[in-house]
Amino acid sequence: MVSSDDGCTALSIECRQDAPIPLDVSISTLAGELLALIGPSGSGKTTVLRSVAGLYKPRHGRISVGGESWLDTDKNIDMSPQQRRVGLVFQDYALFPHLSAVDNVALAMLDADKVTRQRRAEELLARVHLNGLAHRRPSQLSGGERQRVALARALARDPKVLLLDEPFSAVDRMTREPLKQELASLHRALDIPIVLVTHDIEEAQALADRICVLNNGNVMQSGAPDDLRLRPRTVGVARLMGQDNIAAAEVLDATHIRCGSHILEVGSVGDHKAGAKVTVLFPADCISISDVGAELASLTNYLHGRIVEIVATGDFKTLLMDFDGLALRLKVTAREAAQRNLAVDAKIAVALDPEGVHLMRAE
Amino acid sequence: MDWQAFSLTLQLAAWTVLLLLPCAMLIARALAWGRVPMKSGIEALIMLPLVLPPTVLGFYLLVAFSPQSAIGGTIKSIFGSAPVFSFTGILIASLIVNLPFAVQPIQRAFEGIPRNVREAAFVSGLSPWQTMRHIELPLAWPGIVSAIALTFAHTLGEFGVILLIGGSIPGETRVLSIAIYDRVQAFDIAGAGVMSAALLGFSLLSIAIVHTLARRRGTGAHGFQ
Repeated sequence: MVSSDDGCTALSIECRQDAPIPLDVSISTLAGELLALIGPSGSGKTTVLRSVAGLYKPRHGRISVGGESWLDTDKNIDMSPQQRRVGLVFQDYALFPHLSAVDNVALAMLDADKVTRQRRAEELLARVHLNGLAHRRPSQLSGGERQRVALARALARDPKVLLLDEPFSAVDRMTREPLKQELASLHRALDIPIVLVTHDIEEAQALADRICVLNNGNVMQSGAPDDLRLRPRTVGVARLMGQDNIAAAEVLDATHIRCGSHILEVGSVGDHKAGAKVTVLFPADCISISDVGAELASLTNYLHGRIVEIVATGDFKTLLMDFDGLALRLKVTAREAAQRNLAVDAKIAVALDPEGVHLMRAE
Repeated sequence: MDWQAFSLTLQLAAWTVLLLLPCAMLIARALAWGRVPMKSGIEALIMLPLVLPPTVLGFYLLVAFSPQSAIGGTIKSIFGSAPVFSFTGILIASLIVNLPFAVQPIQRAFEGIPRNVREAAFVSGLSPWQTMRHIELPLAWPGIVSAIALTFAHTLGEFGVILLIGGSIPGETRVLSIAIYDRVQAFDIAGAGVMSAALLGFSLLSIAIVHTLARRRGTGAHGFQ
């Protein structure tokens, strides 16, 4: 039902200004791609979203969708929100409180005749699994149901881009998971760019094809979720991506670093010269618990230490381990923890895959 | 019962509501959402009739509208007569006196509409007029009804300002409240009593009608279509 005219509808955003909110952002996405804008509050992510919708005008900017220019401050192009055809799901949904669910959706299709918009509104509500609740007012709906109405309303105009502003922040955890799954399947069905603003990294990782990290109105890094997780450009990005295994180190040669008392082999030291102070990241992907005994302790990249703490979170246990001053965290399944008899104060050995160890500029 | 005064009172109240409502809605909307320079100063000016003694306001209007004054003289040269001791005069006075009663409730109602609800309407393709019609007016409706009720009821009982600028000319400026005063002055307590009761009943009725209207619109299951 919702489709663009061609398969290459893409969104490109450029915003630049010094005040009142500093912005220096240049992002683009492909059709059918879900872009997550992530960053702390005040990082400018919602402002970027509002700029795309036409609700905010940056001092200098260019926004185009599928080759159509929506904003170009150099050429004095500034299309109104009405002209832009965006679907926007507001953080608190901003439903029309005096209208039923079906009328909330139908109102977004005023240019169609009454019969058509009524039928399409009902189709859209069915699409977000709200059949039977069409005649309820927003105040008679749960948070999750309101979000679905907002989504149906956003899709009503056959938008050229779908914008989601923290769409899960107003619903409880129980409701969040099914809504996320529905968004994921909607994303597969739509061939328009989707922009998701969030501060929840798990949400971004679960849904996005591309993540753009914003801070103070600047793009810190932009790329595939795994790119950001495994190869963050800065410690800030690494922390934002939920990475804890970060330590200070010194580059020894093209393939070795010293980290505390350990000499570790790494796949590459990149541009860092010998003797340079760096910050090293050990993503969970490069850490494996090893059965190698203490007699092989001298093997490169095998670390021997003990478990300091175990934190249980549902089906998983997070191990906090100490390797002669180097603290590492690792999440294992509860089953693996039981099979390996992992317990606080027990000895443990891990192997670090050199290719996975990532170096960043020292803080 | 002075039916002429009764009909004149209704006419005055109706015209006041009819003329004041569109102005009040524009002013209220601008004060609620617009970037109005000297906003608090304008708000204070609109509130002034609430605290100013009606006779003082009436006195200034009388001075301003008299044929000898600049304003009154100009009006006389255009329309042939100055708006003192005439229905037009008491209507203008009534509009000014009722400004706070009309603007305040509507302004509060507009302020109660979240900004992002209007933005959602824009993003949904609704033009500013369509947003006004489908979103703002229905949501501000209780405030608008309050404004109508307050203005109407308040005009029914207006006395001081009307007496000063209009006097007591039968069929022209003698509204019910002034007719009551005249009867009391003439020791016709029974006549004053009948008219007072009529005014009381009518005030209650008008309040009841608009309250019912406001409630029905506020909770009814009407769609926009």
